[in-house]
Amino acid sequence: MDDKLKNELSKQGIFTTTLQELYNWGRTNSIWPLNFGLACCAIEMIATTMARYDMARFGAEVFRPSPRQADLMIVAGTVTKKMAPQVVRLYNQMPEPKYVISMGACAISGGPFKQGYNVLKGIDRYIPVDIYIPGCPPRPEALLDAFMELQKKIAQQPLTGAARPRHLNDGEPSEFPVPRFGVHDLEPAKNPNLWKPLLVQIAQAGTDESGNH
Amino acid sequence: MNLETIKAEIEANIPGCRLELIANPSPSGQHSLLLDAEHAVAVATYLRDAPGLRLDFCSNVTGIDWPGKEIQEKVKLRKLVDGMEQEVEEIRNTTLPGSLEVVYHLYSVEKKHGPITVRMRTEDRDAGVHLPSLTPVWRSAELQEREVFDLYGVIFDGHPDLRRLLMWDGFVDHPMRRDYVDPDDYEYEPTAHDTVLQRANRHRSQVEGR
Repeated sequence: MDDKLKNELSKQGIFTTTLQELYNWGRTNSIWPLNFGLACCAIEMIATTMARYDMARFGAEVFRPSPRQADLMIVAGTVTKKMAPQVVRLYNQMPEPKYVISMGACAISGGPFKQGYNVLKGIDRYIPVDIYIPGCPPRPEALLDAFMELQKKIAQQPLTGAARPRHLNDGEPSEFPVPRFGVHDLEPAKNPNLWKPLLVQIAQAGTDESGNH
Repeated sequence: MNLETIKAEIEANIPGCRLELIANPSPSGQHSLLLDAEHAVAVATYLRDAPGLRLDFCSNVTGIDWPGKEIQEKVKLRKLVDGMEQEVEEIRNTTLPGSLEVVYHLYSVEKKHGPITVRMRTEDRDAGVHLPSLTPVWRSAELQEREVFDLYGVIFDGHPDLRRLLMWDGFVDHPMRRDYVDPDDYEYEPTAHDTVLQRANRHRSQVEGR
């Protein structure tokens, strides 16, 4: 049924919908985030839930202290290498469908601590991230914006077909390998099936088109 | 609080201890006392308990890595060259052994003075990295000595619970040492510059073969 006809029918007092719309509508407006924070971004996340910014307007006020009851993981803060296996384990313990917001520069790439000895260079090396929020730390408005983006993303997910989300596709993994503590670094240092960085011509960095510095 | 008088006072009260005053040439003039490992606990206990000092609060423990360095010096020698005695310049290389240093900042809450800075040095950076722990004297040093152990590799004898603090137990290196080489994960550096750019290029040529 096309949108035009649907609009016309609704003006006549006939409400039509699809199973997909109902299903996504329910999930979109009741996302329960996992109650955990890692660093300063967590303070902004907490502020977002409080009265001034009030994340409850979007149906996400119920921060669950257990991963078994949560749909959304907000990775808010610096992920140290010592903490990374626990974050992945928490993600694995969440039931499908589950989503990840990577909040702040550190969770995206390691941020200002990227070259440090103890900081993971982005949580997307181990778990799939749906929304990235840049900022150090991002303001609560940015988190709300990311949350609304996630809601749009969930609302558009088809229930069937090749583009259906991971939790409706038996072939896709629901759990991801937890890295182990190695001698010098986490082992493996990344999940190569998951983390495919954009190709950046590093040799060209800092040069203009003719190759001069 | 004059460090000279404190040094004389300690030397008078703890026989045999070897103290060295390390002067700080900067305007702040924060001089410090270098303790010998053998008498460090006795000196620390004295600093804490002496009625005039009462340094009852250790606010900060940190480490410094002094890598060994080679010093080149030119030496003039008289030598036989082609049967003639001539003055020849030779370059001599001497290697100074490195050491690890631990710095404690002490305050007195009771007397409201401080800070007094005391240091200890290890013999070298390989086998002789043992130093006495001052945690029995100042409980606040416990976690910070663990941190120094973790990041610099100083082994504190007498520490009640010497485990790694920031890195995991199976980790072998000491990341704050100057010769620490971090793992080669430079595949994604979108804004690389300076040393990071060099490492990223090296990574590319080694790992990806281009």
